[in-house]
Amino acid sequence: MKFGILINEGPYQHQAPDSAYQFTKAALEKGHEIFRVFFYHDGVNNATRLAVPPQDDRNITTQWQALAKEYNLDLVVCIAAAQRRGLLDENEAKRNSKDADNIAEGFRISGLGQLIEAGIQSDRLVVFGD
Amino acid sequence: MLLHTVNKSPFEKNSLETCLSLAKAGSSVLLIEDGVYAVQKGSQADAMISDALKTVNFYVLGPDLDARGMAADNMIDGIKTVDYNGFVDLVADHKAVQAWL
Repeated sequence: MKFGILINEGPYQHQAPDSAYQFTKAALEKGHEIFRVFFYHDGVNNATRLAVPPQDDRNITTQWQALAKEYNLDLVVCIAAAQRRGLLDENEAKRNSKDADNIAEGFRISGLGQLIEAGIQSDRLVVFGD
Repeated sequence: MLLHTVNKSPFEKNSLETCLSLAKAGSSVLLIEDGVYAVQKGSQADAMISDALKTVNFYVLGPDLDARGMAADNMIDGIKTVDYNGFVDLVADHKAVQAWL
């Protein structure tokens, strides 16, 4: 079965990103397909490559990256939510004359249409938020 | 039938109450995150859940119970415990999922 995942909360702030990760991992291991993981609202903060959590804590961003690499996941960050929160890729940094970008490898920035498409193309859309 | 996920404690927010007031007979409710606080026997939420159990299936996410030190032997009768694999199965077995955030 095809699942779409929506994450509305940031890492280390609410359990939602952890729940979403555990659910996604379990679904993939059971042989289901993840059509897309969409990061919206504060959820975009899961995609920064500059976070340095303590070594004895989980690193939520690298967890997603590893899962994305293994299963070729499409991790999409909402552009409007990302820009408000200072999350930029190279193109957006250039376009907005910023001196750096911070999006982690394996994530891509795109629009809300990607969420709508995930809702249409997936058999189920599972929402994790607060 | 719909799968409802509730991730708020019933002692903090009224999302479980709202969910149950709209959940149709035969649908299912999965308690996750702080929603698992609802399963304890003898709490203020007990009557509401026991009543809903007559028409609605209740599940609770085991790992979230464990994370909160909740004892499985003090759970309201009729609530089934599932792990993340069970969560995935519930999503697949229901027509759609409604998250009561």
